[in-house]
Amino acid sequence: MNAGTLTRRFTRHGLLLISTLIVASPFLWMALLSCMPPERAGQSVVSLQIDLAAIKANYAAALTETPMPRFLLNGVIVCALTLTSQIIVGAPIAFALAKMHFPGRKLVVGLVVVALLLPHEILAVPLFFICYRLGVLDSYTAIMLPNLISPTAVFLLYQFFRTIPNDLIHAARIDGMGYWSIIWRVMIPLSKPVLAAIAVLSIVGRWNDLYWPAIAVSSTELMPPPLGMMVFHDQEAGTNYGPLMAAALITTAPLIVAFIIAQRKFIDSFTASSVR
Amino acid sequence: MSTGQRISRSRERLAGSLLAAPGLFLIIALLILPALAILPVAFSNWQFGRGQIALVGWDNFLELTQDRRFVAALRNTIVYVLIVVPATVGLGLLLALLIDGSGKLQAFYRTAHFLPVVSTMAAMAVAWDAVLHPTFGLLNHALTLIGLSGRNWLRDEALVLPTLACIGVWQSVGFAVIMFLAGLRSIPKSLIDAAIMDGATSPLDKARTVMLPLLGPVTVFVTVLTAKRALAVFDTVYVMTGGGPGNASEVLLHLLYVESFEHLRAGYGAAISIVYLALALAILWGQRAIDRRIHYS
Repeated sequence: MNAGTLTRRFTRHGLLLISTLIVASPFLWMALLSCMPPERAGQSVVSLQIDLAAIKANYAAALTETPMPRFLLNGVIVCALTLTSQIIVGAPIAFALAKMHFPGRKLVVGLVVVALLLPHEILAVPLFFICYRLGVLDSYTAIMLPNLISPTAVFLLYQFFRTIPNDLIHAARIDGMGYWSIIWRVMIPLSKPVLAAIAVLSIVGRWNDLYWPAIAVSSTELMPPPLGMMVFHDQEAGTNYGPLMAAALITTAPLIVAFIIAQRKFIDSFTASSVR
Repeated sequence: MSTGQRISRSRERLAGSLLAAPGLFLIIALLILPALAILPVAFSNWQFGRGQIALVGWDNFLELTQDRRFVAALRNTIVYVLIVVPATVGLGLLLALLIDGSGKLQAFYRTAHFLPVVSTMAAMAVAWDAVLHPTFGLLNHALTLIGLSGRNWLRDEALVLPTLACIGVWQSVGFAVIMFLAGLRSIPKSLIDAAIMDGATSPLDKARTVMLPLLGPVTVFVTVLTAKRALAVFDTVYVMTGGGPGNASEVLLHLLYVESFEHLRAGYGAAISIVYLALALAILWGQRAIDRRIHYS
């Protein structure tokens, strides 16, 4: 190896390490502050000494001063039910669009594409009104309503179903299977990679969403983690950083752990979202 | 066509319609109709919780032009997008080129840079708040160490928007990196070998002659997606600044939230939605125009 390639390699890794450090800095700072006793977090010089009693106190405060476990449970419920609805409603329409002839099929594909391209943020005013008229404001239903269907999920399934040979469906028809069981017993088991992508995108989107839950719910006990953390944020008002950082860490930790366990799945899912 | 075939045809049509119906209903009820409803609402004086509604013509839009907070929000949103998009695309491409040839550590670098994409922005905004804190934040500590003076990043009218834009870049660069890495991997090795034979020996030459021209479509895609995400900036503003100081960090989506759901002015909020939609459509239109040029040249 000559000097040129060695210098080049050194520069490459040097730049990448600096960049990694910058990207990681808010995570590290958050973790560090969540391990420090309150009297030291407010001082201008940060001591790197980690204090077990402080960790315990901060995380206990994060979990008990606000109903954090409840927030986490709300997040899990909302993510699970939303994803279930997106698949139960999305798979049949995707199948019909990909594999069946029915009147208006082309128009429906067009509507799915329009729905896909629409910036969903602008729908907040009409959706709030719909929730109000249905009498569901400040409920799980309100949080989930706008995402009961996902145009992204429909489109990803539609694209995938089109690649499955028609012969497979004909054979299943000849065996006496109805369309409904073909969807759930033939198509869905073949679609695992697409379903994984849909699950990742949907769960990341719903768990992290602050905008719509901030509009849809006001009761503390219904809040998903990001909104619940805001209550904590307002209560502490910047004086007591330890418990706040612990709460922030608890809020974002489930997705980060899931990502680190299933990195390839996550990254492939985001690459697959290219349809948008 | 036999009668039997005709019956099974019409059965298929019925079955297809029935299978599509629930999904179609939700798409129309939750996406298409709400989108269409915004237009009439934007021309009304509707307020949530008040009975009478009247059409008021262009009043909401005229008020927008007089509203200093809205003008600031529009300007700031455009500036934010114009900082975040080129920085994300440029840095994303640079990092992808660096990571692509980094050997054993490749997966580590990719994972590290992707972390912000999946993390909860509201929680990370709280963490950034602590990093940027004027007296005990990490950034000012680091600046003092290298002999520079710290700033009050979020309370300074000139600094707050660029600071939030940097966080925006931090949040989206990992996505650009993985898209560019996928794009780089799809370039046939034979093309790179051919370039080396033609004398492109340094990595810089290889990048310039083969890789960059072939990354055109990925670049357009990353640009558009980053622009759409940057346009939707909300969490950092809501958590960290509330649009202040003054209106120095006010952005469209945050103002839409404040007017519609704090001041309950649905009509005015819908007018802001229309402006937001126009910007989103401009991004889409730009994509179409560039796509056409790439495919036909």
